[in-house]
Amino acid sequence: MDNITILGIESSCDETAASVVRNGREVLSNIISSQIDIHTLYGGVVPEIASRKHMERIDRVVDAALKEANTSIEDVDAVAVTYGPGLVGALLVGVSYAKSYAWALNKPLVGVHHIEGHICANYIENKELKPPFMCLVVSGGHTHLVMVTDYGRYEVLGRTRDDAAGEAFDKVARVIGLGYPGGPKIDKVSCEGNPAAIDFPRAKIADNEYDFSFSGLKSAVLNYLNSLQMKGESYIQADVAASFQQAVVDVLVGHSMDAVTRYNVKDFAIAGGVASNSHLREAMQAACKERDINFYMPSPIFCTDNAAMIAVAGYYEYMAGSLASWNLNAVPALKLGEK
Amino acid sequence: MILCIDSSGLTASTAIIDEENDVAVAEYTVNLKKTHSETLLPMIDEMYRLTGLNKKDTTAVAIAAGPGSFTGLRIGGATAKGIASALNIPVIPIPTVDGLAYNCYGHDGYVCPIMDARRNQTYTGIYSFRKTLNDNVYGYEMETELSQCAVDIGEVISRINKLGKPVVFLGDGVPVFRRTLDDELTVAHTYAPMGLNRQNAVSIGRLGVKLYREGKGVSAASFAPEYLRQSQAERELKEGEKSND
Repeated sequence: MDNITILGIESSCDETAASVVRNGREVLSNIISSQIDIHTLYGGVVPEIASRKHMERIDRVVDAALKEANTSIEDVDAVAVTYGPGLVGALLVGVSYAKSYAWALNKPLVGVHHIEGHICANYIENKELKPPFMCLVVSGGHTHLVMVTDYGRYEVLGRTRDDAAGEAFDKVARVIGLGYPGGPKIDKVSCEGNPAAIDFPRAKIADNEYDFSFSGLKSAVLNYLNSLQMKGESYIQADVAASFQQAVVDVLVGHSMDAVTRYNVKDFAIAGGVASNSHLREAMQAACKERDINFYMPSPIFCTDNAAMIAVAGYYEYMAGSLASWNLNAVPALKLGEK
Repeated sequence: MILCIDSSGLTASTAIIDEENDVAVAEYTVNLKKTHSETLLPMIDEMYRLTGLNKKDTTAVAIAAGPGSFTGLRIGGATAKGIASALNIPVIPIPTVDGLAYNCYGHDGYVCPIMDARRNQTYTGIYSFRKTLNDNVYGYEMETELSQCAVDIGEVISRINKLGKPVVFLGDGVPVFRRTLDDELTVAHTYAPMGLNRQNAVSIGRLGVKLYREGKGVSAASFAPEYLRQSQAERELKEGEKSND
């Protein structure tokens, strides 16, 4: 079989990214231009600024991806782009660029769901991984427990009812003075804290045991800090961080393992920005080992928003003949499994 | 062939210009509220399909570079960049308000495009066409009295009243500000008719050809829209810094 080469483009939040992937598994280049320094000034991602930065950077990022892959644009079989979910202005830059780029070169276009991309990141370093498997997607914007029934086929078992896991990390990091981005900072400082210092709540959802809720946990952290402040007492930052993180990890691992047992799956994976949290990775690995389940996780570079994962997901869409037309639009609230 | 795009407002307008023969080969303009993201590239595709022109014969992409709706500028700008980057041709950025003024090429008196910029502001500029004569052939040179800017409508009105000469208005700001204009202007004024009163890619093309011949194109990578306004977060951050001083 001939090699199939996909150019992937991703701009759904604050990372401008492009990548060239061969045959859905071999990453030839993975360029990520992060705007984190800029958004740190504002304590979070500012959509209008993110959109403008994507606009300034997208050409250079795409050019760099092709160059590093040593691939001429003629050798690209299709262009894959994230069209949702995400920030609409940010998505529009990638979508408009990818469309017109593919159009000018008479190449087919593939629209990719951002979360599908995150899940597909697991294919890159785990050549043996194939559907069916279960995957927990945790990031700043998403918390989904998903059954991957086939390539491009997803069944959502559970999702967050309020905040995404990563969002809770950012908010808690802000109130305990760690700043933005919260995930990596809490991860780091927790290593020096006692995860059992404070017993924060682990939420269960009554009508769907696989759904998540993190807003109660966030409030519990705020209440804890407020009550200390009222009494004029101080708190230990590392202990709050570690205890909060432990509560999140317990819920994520607990829900996932309940589902793994119920659905009797043999392969389990994690994906998304929060999947690079070292405590979550260790806890999930241990839980899977205990149950004799194969555990998969992408390297941190493929957990963060990147375009390699989009090219991988795009490859399977392309092979399935699922192509987009020139009227492809950005869909900020695109649901998983929706086409 | 120069591909011309203006998606800075509610209008989506595209054209293909034959710069060697001064002909607008194709033009496709839609003036209905529809997402540019869904219409712009299909319109461009349709022009090439119907004319049978080869995409690879495109020599540049002229684009209304702003000001305008941030979303519209993004869709148009990223579309222009994608095509220019893929074909390795230059982008020719055209100030949106200059492009609008060019709709009234040769007009006697001032031309004042007004775009609705919300918050009682307008993206505007004031222009006139100076007659030139060369060997018994006359033409027009566009002159700028007020470069494109974002200002309160009252400021434009007082400026025009001071100039004291007839003026033609055009743009999507006309339906928004017409009453104010009629009430407060002390000079004779008129409004451009349909077909001339909204963004048009052929006007972008007329200016584009000029700049193309002068070698004023830029690389796709270095092109970015001219928003004329910072994001709200940037404004607030600056104001906060000022008040802390």
